[in-house]
Amino acid sequence: MKKRLMLWGGIFLGIYVLLLILHYTTGLSLFYQMVQSMTTSFPILLIVALGGLISERSGVTNIALEGIMIMGAFLGIWFITGLEAYPYSGLTLFVIFLVTTLFMLAVVLTGLFIFDIIREKKKLASIKVKFLYKMIAALVLAIPLTLIIRNIEAEKHFIFIMAVMVGGGVGALYAMIHAYAAVYLKSNQIISATALNIFAPAFSIFTSRIVNGSSNYYISNNMQIREVPVLSKIPVIGQMFFTNTYLTLYLAVLIFIIVTIFLYKTKFGLRLRACGENPHAADSLGVNIYRTRFIAVTLSGVLAGMGGILYVLPSKAYSTTVAGFGFLSLAVLIFGNWKPKGIILAALFFGFMRTLALYYREVEFLENLNLRSDIYNAIPFIATLVVLAIFSKKSSVPKALGQIYDQGKR
Amino acid sequence: MEVNQTSVFKKQVKNFYEIIKPSLISIGIGLLIGLIIMIIFDPIDAFPALFTLILGGFRGGVVGVGDMLEMAAPIMLAGLSVAFAFKTGLFNIGASGQMMMGTLASIYVGIMFSFPPFLHVTIALIVGVIAGAIWGFVPGILKATRNVNEVVTSIMMNYIALYIFTTVVIDFLSQGAGSNSTSRPVQNSAALPRLSWLFPGSTVNIGIFIAIGVIIIAHIIIHKTTLGFSLKASGFSFDGSKYAGMNTKANIITAMTISGLIAGLGGSILYLVQTKTIAHFHIFTEGFDGISVALLGLGEPIGALFAGLFLANIRMGGYFMQLYVYTPELVDMIVAVIIYSIAISMAIQMFIKHNREKIKAFIEKRKEAKSKKVGEDA
Repeated sequence: MKKRLMLWGGIFLGIYVLLLILHYTTGLSLFYQMVQSMTTSFPILLIVALGGLISERSGVTNIALEGIMIMGAFLGIWFITGLEAYPYSGLTLFVIFLVTTLFMLAVVLTGLFIFDIIREKKKLASIKVKFLYKMIAALVLAIPLTLIIRNIEAEKHFIFIMAVMVGGGVGALYAMIHAYAAVYLKSNQIISATALNIFAPAFSIFTSRIVNGSSNYYISNNMQIREVPVLSKIPVIGQMFFTNTYLTLYLAVLIFIIVTIFLYKTKFGLRLRACGENPHAADSLGVNIYRTRFIAVTLSGVLAGMGGILYVLPSKAYSTTVAGFGFLSLAVLIFGNWKPKGIILAALFFGFMRTLALYYREVEFLENLNLRSDIYNAIPFIATLVVLAIFSKKSSVPKALGQIYDQGKR
Repeated sequence: MEVNQTSVFKKQVKNFYEIIKPSLISIGIGLLIGLIIMIIFDPIDAFPALFTLILGGFRGGVVGVGDMLEMAAPIMLAGLSVAFAFKTGLFNIGASGQMMMGTLASIYVGIMFSFPPFLHVTIALIVGVIAGAIWGFVPGILKATRNVNEVVTSIMMNYIALYIFTTVVIDFLSQGAGSNSTSRPVQNSAALPRLSWLFPGSTVNIGIFIAIGVIIIAHIIIHKTTLGFSLKASGFSFDGSKYAGMNTKANIITAMTISGLIAGLGGSILYLVQTKTIAHFHIFTEGFDGISVALLGLGEPIGALFAGLFLANIRMGGYFMQLYVYTPELVDMIVAVIIYSIAISMAIQMFIKHNREKIKAFIEKRKEAKSKKVGEDA
């Protein structure tokens, strides 16, 4: 374990030193541009693929990711444009304070939770601490944060975070439609998901044309973070991850950690994975398959809805489509072999290909190849097919994936 | 004897009704929810708009019906493609990609080459069919040899098709200077002959007859030949048919290839039309219509015929509906609701049955109570 850790540490250090040398000799400006551009597509792919992971690990195919994303993006952007329309006031400050408090509460709880896991205690310490203390801690943390937000005029980020929450909520509700049909009504999982995929874009175009007059939305605030105060001064890493970036990058990494812990370190995560591998065995041990699967699909809806909002953010405009990102995330999930570690690598690769499609003209070698950007966009899908064809025997696809669970059977 | 015959006929009608009941219920639910959505957004126009929607192509007279048939042909073929795969227990969600490849191959031949009139169309169609078949073959062989889920591979193939389609059309088939991202129309010799003698004023072409012919052939293949039986058997029970000595792997490949072939033909028919150009690059929605057509048609080729006509009709209705405040996307919503209702149709039927018994029990209770009351009064 320690050897492996040292190996990886050595590799990263080596890469870092190499980049450092390149940074001071050539400047690496194109590389930074590409990495910064990747921070727009990578978080979306990561979050939505993790949503798909939760659902598929519980045994329910979820090809409705695209539709859920569209739904989350559509209602989320209504929320953003609605909030932006109102001028800044004390009320906004109050809302920000409330949200900050909730956020800090979540942070405190998560912190205690992670602390428990590290200590490997059987009983959770976070339950023992009185709720009042947690609340006080959250409030104490929230007050300075609110003031900081006010001072650096970061309200737009908070509007965004609220919109992400709205997107997640909408995604959850929308995914429940699929979950209810696929889990409780025992319908074909592909068919009900296809219905959701068809409904979402039609609904958003229809509604926005009638209510808004056009199906295009624009956000007035630029949500890009120019520089993160201290961290951006670090050479190379600062330029890569802390300059011209979006909040979504950090959000995605946070969610990645939470989902990984949730799936592999909690009791519910274990049960969820059991539902996808052998539901009958899990049922015989007292796991409620239906409820677990329903919750799993709903959670995947939360993440997919968030992903929809993340899609809107960098482009600042939305025209009732997420450009196939839902299906691309599905490819990420498969390419990543239904494992979080694989997914993050696959998301990096796919995000890189997306970026290459935008930047290939800048690289001399690729410019000479004279291919259209569509080819680079197609490569992730082709790669997924190839991986499926070659490694299908080794793939760790959940064994009960797509099977309808019927208690009375067998 | 005569009485017996009529009773048999009645029984057949009843059986037929029992078979198509889920589709009818689903259509009813779809239209109802469409109506509710329309009422929410604008209550005044809702009912006339719904009427327009259902009337569809017939609202436009002979021209409208002709246009509706033109629209129906590719949708019917897409539906047949999905239905054919259903018969072997496969879900061909990649009909869109197969259609795009069919279209691409056909219009490439139709634009870049020149042959004598009749030959040109035939070659273009055949090339399109082959392209579609190849696009269906890939998920089929992956499923057969590697046991990879065909839904996943089909989705990947859809997007690969989209990007190839975009690249080739913009690089080779575009109109050039000015409108770089619009394709040229096919040469007149490569366009399908119009049926202007049957539907004067309409652009409907011979495609509808091709579609109906292919549907009949598919019906015969599925229900009257050994191949069809073998395909159905491996769809019904994979292990069982393997045990019976059928080559199930070959069956999967055959089914997906034929499915792709039909979808490719649909794509060819869609764009081998005079003066029709491609300006928007997104995955063909006709392929997804195919899924709803196949589901509405209960997975039968003949069912796909009528379901395709129905869907094309309400799509035409969607166009006419723009006279009111609504946009044609309402049709997509209705289609989505219909698909969802079919997915849960078993549950819906159980629900109806359950409630019918409840209502019956309730009525009987009331009757009993009444008779009791009458008895007491007497």
